[in-house]
Parts: sequence; structure tokens; C-alpha cells
Amino acid sequence: MPDETTDKRVLTEFEERSQGAFIEEDEPTDARMTINMGPQHPSTHGVLRLVLELEGEIVRDVRPVIGYLHTGMEKECEDCTWRQAVTIVTRMDYLAPFFNELVYSLATEKLLGIEIPPRGQAIRILMTELNRISSHLVWMATQGMDMGAVSMMTYGFRERELLIDFFEMTTGLRMNHNYIMPGGVWQDLPDGWRTAVEDFLSIFPERMGEYEELLTGNPIWRQRTQGVAVINQEQALALSASGPTLRACGLAWDIRKAFPYSGIEQYDFDIPTRTEGDVFARYAVRLDEMRQSMRIVRQVLDTLPEGDYKNMDPKIAPPPRAELTRSMEAVIHHFKLVTQGYAVPPGDAYVSVESPRGELGAYVVSNGETLPYRVHVRDPSFANLQSLPTMMCDTLVADTVAAIASVDPVLGGVDR
Amino acid sequence: MDTTSQPPQIGDPSTRTGQTVAAVVARFPGVVTERPSPPGEAVVSVDAAHWAEVARWLHGEGGFKFLSDLCGVDWPHRRPRFDVVCTLTDLSTPARIRVVVGVDGEPPAAPSVTGIWPGANWFEREAYDMFGIVFQGHPDLTRILMPDEWEGHPLRKDYSVGKVPVEYKHLSPGH
Repeated sequence: MPDETTDKRVLTEFEERSQGAFIEEDEPTDARMTINMGPQHPSTHGVLRLVLELEGEIVRDVRPVIGYLHTGMEKECEDCTWRQAVTIVTRMDYLAPFFNELVYSLATEKLLGIEIPPRGQAIRILMTELNRISSHLVWMATQGMDMGAVSMMTYGFRERELLIDFFEMTTGLRMNHNYIMPGGVWQDLPDGWRTAVEDFLSIFPERMGEYEELLTGNPIWRQRTQGVAVINQEQALALSASGPTLRACGLAWDIRKAFPYSGIEQYDFDIPTRTEGDVFARYAVRLDEMRQSMRIVRQVLDTLPEGDYKNMDPKIAPPPRAELTRSMEAVIHHFKLVTQGYAVPPGDAYVSVESPRGELGAYVVSNGETLPYRVHVRDPSFANLQSLPTMMCDTLVADTVAAIASVDPVLGGVDR
Repeated sequence: MDTTSQPPQIGDPSTRTGQTVAAVVARFPGVVTERPSPPGEAVVSVDAAHWAEVARWLHGEGGFKFLSDLCGVDWPHRRPRFDVVCTLTDLSTPARIRVVVGVDGEPPAAPSVTGIWPGANWFEREAYDMFGIVFQGHPDLTRILMPDEWEGHPLRKDYSVGKVPVEYKHLSPGH
């Protein structure tokens, strides 16, 4: 039997203490609370860290903290030859490696003042537009998973695998291809490439219909995305946001139309836009972009010109493998290019391309030597993340994850 | 193919390049100077003291509402030692201009343009982190990629990457 007096004493003590605590705590219950999210959080797509200021369920302020994946790639480029630096830049935005290679190559070629044969240009467009689809598929998969549509995760990666197989067939690697290089592309498309792309183009429209069925008409998906994380056009422009984030605010701004590169102006395609500026608008824009990319790929298939796949100037492009066994000159050129590289005339150049995430720019400086003097990559994820606080201000904490995913940041590109 | 007979294409940046440079140089004579650039690029240079004034004009009358990029470059054997390279875009034309701001001093300092283009915020933080360039008037000038307690500024040329150089790479192209 419990000791009645002890029991009573414990009870009163507890009451007194809790009352005291209650009296001491005279700040309101919805006081600001600072919460740390990430960097090891699955929904932050890598190692993004957010410091959230909450008032109850409402997010009042967000501070993105980045740099957890910083590996000094821009510094590393200064220690590689112009050709070798492609292997570094391709690792920046690892979901869109072809775009990184392309933008760096275009900037270098501008300094070199060389022309790329039409076939090489068309192959570049083919690879980058397929890459846009594969990157958007990862975005769709992860956005779906973050918001509870877990089956979207498996579907997105399933279709991406088809493209990755094609990339592997062409470049030898599933990611970080090191395929597009100053002067053209590494080698011509392999046997059977056309069937592989045709197969994908015949499967994919049907699969896109499945995604639409799964997500677009889904009332849960709509409620979780419509009117969430809104940003208007003026804010997006001021914060240097580009890509689907900007196009979802109603501005048809696309580098492919404004500053065409690699012969993209000869293909027909539209710029999908939405006006709502919310998560759903960004979803819808990306979905339409995949259709437009398919259109471009179809046109490349129909019009791919014959000819060289790279500028055959032996001072820039290594000679084809077969020639090395026959020609002494080829061996010398190959040796010079591999050991020393080529010198690029002094100067600086900025080139941008429309990556799946927006304006991807490369600013390169040469002092006339065989190593780049400075390589700076303007990564769209880096710039777009700046608009996250604007989007998330005064939204529910549950929408945080939807907002992050809708910006589609790739931290490899953000931190470089 | 004869390219001269073709009408200028809409969206071709080279058609506006000359005008852009001429306009900004005419507005700030002696302050803004044209720089040699690859074909199709508009590049001007300005000193740090006049950068804020020129930036306000470019954003207002110049029509460059979008800041594409801002980064630093280190030239250790030159005065001024640093360049802040700012790429601006006019989305309506479309046109692009690159402004190279020479920055010197210890620490090197330049006015911040975050008040004009809020998107410059992180780019300036990165230039501060990597080169130690101080942007006066920046709301939160802290390191962005490196840890807060890091010493030195990694993208400066006198900051070693800490690896052994391979000898043949450092020959000049004539060898």
C-alpha cells in the first residue's frame, strides 16, 4: 500500500513546480522557434541545410545554408588543361552533365574562334535535350516521393534508366560523361543509336500519359501543389531566378530562343509557360518541357547531317584512334595534346545555355596558356535557391518540402 | 554562305552589342571604357568608385533588369589586383553586357549592388568567400561555401591547391 503522506507530498510538489513553470513562462505559446533542417535530410536533395524560423506551423523566415558539397571545382579547373577541365565541370550539376560540358566547351570555343561541324552540333543538341528529359524525370521522381506519391519515384527512375542506357552506349559512362569537349564531341554516335532513341520516343509519350494520370488529375497532388510556394515574376527576376521557376511566373524566357547555341535555332519548339508561379505551375512547365524536348529530338533524328562530329584541326582535337597506328604525325599530335594540351588565345568569354534548371553560364578567362586561368560556372541551382525564402515566407511548414523540390536544386552544382 | 546579306535575326545578341556599349560609354565618358571582347559580346570596364552609379544607370535606363552572373578574378601581378565581373541581361531585347570592375586595396573593396539587383546577394558572398573582396553595403557578407572559421580565400592565385604539380604541364606552348 502506498504511503499516503508521501504520495500527497509528491503530488503537491509537482503541482507547485508546474504552476511555477507556467507562471515563469509568460511568453506566448506561438513564440518563434528556430528549427534546423538538413543537411542530412532526404528531402533536401543532397546536402542543403535550411534554418527555419517558425511561428507555430507557419514559416516566417528561411535561411538556406550551402557549401556542404563544396569541393573547389573551379580551383581544380585551373590546374587542368583546357580539355581535362571538361572532366571537372561535368561533375558539377551531376543530373545534367551534358549541359555543363556544353557550356564550358562553347565558352572555350569562343576564345579559340573555331567552328563546329553541323553533325557535331546536332549531336550536342540530341544529347542535351535527352539529358533535359532524364533530369526532369529525376526531378519528377523526387518531387513525387517528397510529397507522398512514392510510386512516382520508381516510375521516374525506370524511364530515366532507358536514357542512361543510351548515354552509356554513346559515351561509355552513365553519368559524368566527358563526351562534349571543346571542338565537338568525343566520338561519333555508335551503331544502333537510332533504334535506341526511336525506342525511347515510342515508349515515352505513353508513359507521360501515365504520369499525368497519376499526378495531374490527382486531387491530393493538386491540393499539395496549387497555391503553394508562390513567387511572382517581378520577385523571380529581381532574385536572378531562371528556368522553370521563372517560366512558371508567366515569362517566356529561354536561353535557347534568346541566345541560341549549337544550332538550336533551326529546330521548332515552344516555350511552355504558366502564370500561377506555384509548385503546380513549375510541375506543369517541366512536364511540357519534356514534350518539347521530344519534339527537338525527333527533328534531330530526321535532319541529322552527315560529316565530321568534331573540328578535325589536329591542334585541338586528338586524331581518331585508328590513325595512331598508321601516321607518325598523328602520334605526335596525340602526344602533344595529351601531355601538354593546346594554348587558348588570351581573353575572356561568357556563354550560357538553357539547362533543365535555368541559365547555366560559363565564364572562362585565358592568359594564353594551356591551362585555363579562371573557370567560373554560373549554376542555375545556386541562383534559384536564393528565391526559396521569398517562396516559403508565411507558408505552412508542411509545404517546405514541396517548395524545395519544386526549385529542383542540385547541390553538386550549387556548391561546386 | 554569304552571311552579310541576311537580315539581322531577332534574338541575335550581336545586333545590339555595339549599341549597348556605345550607349553606356557615351553616358559615362572617361569612366566607362570599352574592352576588347570576342565577337558578339559587349564588355566594358569601370573602376570600383563609379561602379554603383553605373550599375544604377544600367538597371534603370539601360534596361538590364536581370543579373546573370557575378564573380571575381585574381591578377596578382597587376594593379588593381582583382576584377569583379558582372554579366547583365536585358530580357526584352534581348541583350547582354559584361562589366569588369577593377578592385584594389587591402582588403579589396567594391560597392555592393544587392540594392539594385537583390539576386547579387549570393554571388557577392561567393566572391567575398573565394577572393576576399569586401562588398560595401551588403546585408550579410559572410562566407557561403567555405566554413565560417576558414582562413584564406581559396580562389586567390597565391592559395595553393596542395598537390604536387606534374612537371610537363608547366611547359610553355612553344616547347
